[in-house]
Amino acid sequence: MSDLSQTYPRSWKKPPLIASAWLRRGLWLGAAIYLALALGTMEVNWGRVMEGLPRGAAFLGAFFPPDFVTRWDSILDGILESIWMTVIATVAGIALSVPVGLGAAKNLAPMPVYLFCRAIVAVSRTFPEVILAIFAVKLFGFGPFAGFLALSIATVGFFAKLLAEDIENMDPKQAEAIRATGASWFQWINYAVQPQVMPRMIGLSMYRLDINFRESAVVGIVGGGGIGATLLTAFDRYEFDSAAAILLVIIGIVMVLEYLSGYLRRWVQ
Amino acid sequence: MPVIEQDGRPVWKRRTSAQQWGRWFAWLIGVAIVVYSWQLISEKTIWFFVADAPTQAADMAERMIPPKWSYMEELWLPVWDTINIATLGTLIALVLAFPIAFCAARNTSPHPVVRSVALFVIVSSRSINSLIWALMLVAIIGPGVFAGVIAIGLRSIGFCAKLLYEAIEEIDETQVEAITATGATGPQRLAYGIVPQILPAFAGIAVFRWDINIRESTVLGLVGAGGIGLQLNSSISSLAWTQVSLILLVILATGAVSEWVSAKVRHAII
Repeated sequence: MSDLSQTYPRSWKKPPLIASAWLRRGLWLGAAIYLALALGTMEVNWGRVMEGLPRGAAFLGAFFPPDFVTRWDSILDGILESIWMTVIATVAGIALSVPVGLGAAKNLAPMPVYLFCRAIVAVSRTFPEVILAIFAVKLFGFGPFAGFLALSIATVGFFAKLLAEDIENMDPKQAEAIRATGASWFQWINYAVQPQVMPRMIGLSMYRLDINFRESAVVGIVGGGGIGATLLTAFDRYEFDSAAAILLVIIGIVMVLEYLSGYLRRWVQ
Repeated sequence: MPVIEQDGRPVWKRRTSAQQWGRWFAWLIGVAIVVYSWQLISEKTIWFFVADAPTQAADMAERMIPPKWSYMEELWLPVWDTINIATLGTLIALVLAFPIAFCAARNTSPHPVVRSVALFVIVSSRSINSLIWALMLVAIIGPGVFAGVIAIGLRSIGFCAKLLYEAIEEIDETQVEAITATGATGPQRLAYGIVPQILPAFAGIAVFRWDINIRESTVLGLVGAGGIGLQLNSSISSLAWTQVSLILLVILATGAVSEWVSAKVRHAII
């Protein structure tokens, strides 16, 4: 027995995540150098930060209680505009992305169509909504139409890509069974492809509605209509209590949307 | 799936007529909402500008080509700033998201009240866009890279904490039990029973969020929070379209590189 206690160690140490000691130290060193460089080039005006802290406290204080009343008309106006913009952009975006998504699925579309649709998806995914909105505002003038366009384009990139991926991952047996009944192409899509991808797509469209609402708050900052414009005005005037009210309204609506989408997804599946 | 008699022959239908009516009604409501929204939007649109848009677009495209390549010299620093905003912001978010996720996960939360507070923090951080966070922070702590870092950090807490607490809720309890059986204390159970199980998910989340943050930090400058968006904003306001096209190309390239890096890293980890 005395042999055993000598050969077996009495203590244990967790093995390191990266086995090679050199690689491990190299990574740590690289991270340290990067951090030093990044923090070194970052100019922080601490005086300005200190000056702003009371303002930050005032802003936090404005949440208790937020001022819904003074600017209620413009808040309501902005929120409603955001909601309408979100609804229509989501619907239009999804309607556009169904053909694009079908075309971008490798197992459905012939090669030229596939490449064309993938190109559409790639182009609409490249830029964030805000940049799309800037250009929409430049081209189509201020107002919710520009925001609607920006959100629709972004929706196409998001939705068509996921739809195409879902179609590519579908069960080919069911599709073949429907085809064996002599179904036409549209019947085949309707009875073999659609039922397989539908539950996930309904969930995703609710998710996209949610995203579009959040983004609609941002497109307003660059002139695309909606609650963002109201929020920007509130900040520019340092009316923190109204800004707090707007933020709370946004958070509330997002929570409702999230709850709804969760409920809908459970109901569909 | 009902079979309905029609002209003495059985006909297969996908739905019963009650279901059919229900669906028809749901569609009616949906279409009504869409038409109503469209009306409201179109009231606020100046259609002359919309009709004019193709000409404007052609005009703008003409002014944007070719990109002013020499402007690139002034863009290196903003690109560096953009990457720093994303990276440091992600680091802050990860550090803060870790405890919040443990408070929010059903199986590790110390108390239901703590859990609901943590969930509220997660929802608020997620529902406010980083650009709005930046707008607030610029008003509070002044314009600059620092505001951008904090904005990205605050925005990412919710995302990281949410994915992380979902990972914590899905851990294998038997491993935790095995660690407990050795007589481990609470923190030891956390370190040896739970953390090793969520570490791969954690690394994946970190890289995924970093990729998103690179994209988001390119536009933070629009509200004054540093990065390449600052140059974009000033170029657009001064109608320097050849600079704008170069900046857009740089943003595109940054996004592509970050996607490539994150795909590589994720591949290496998982």
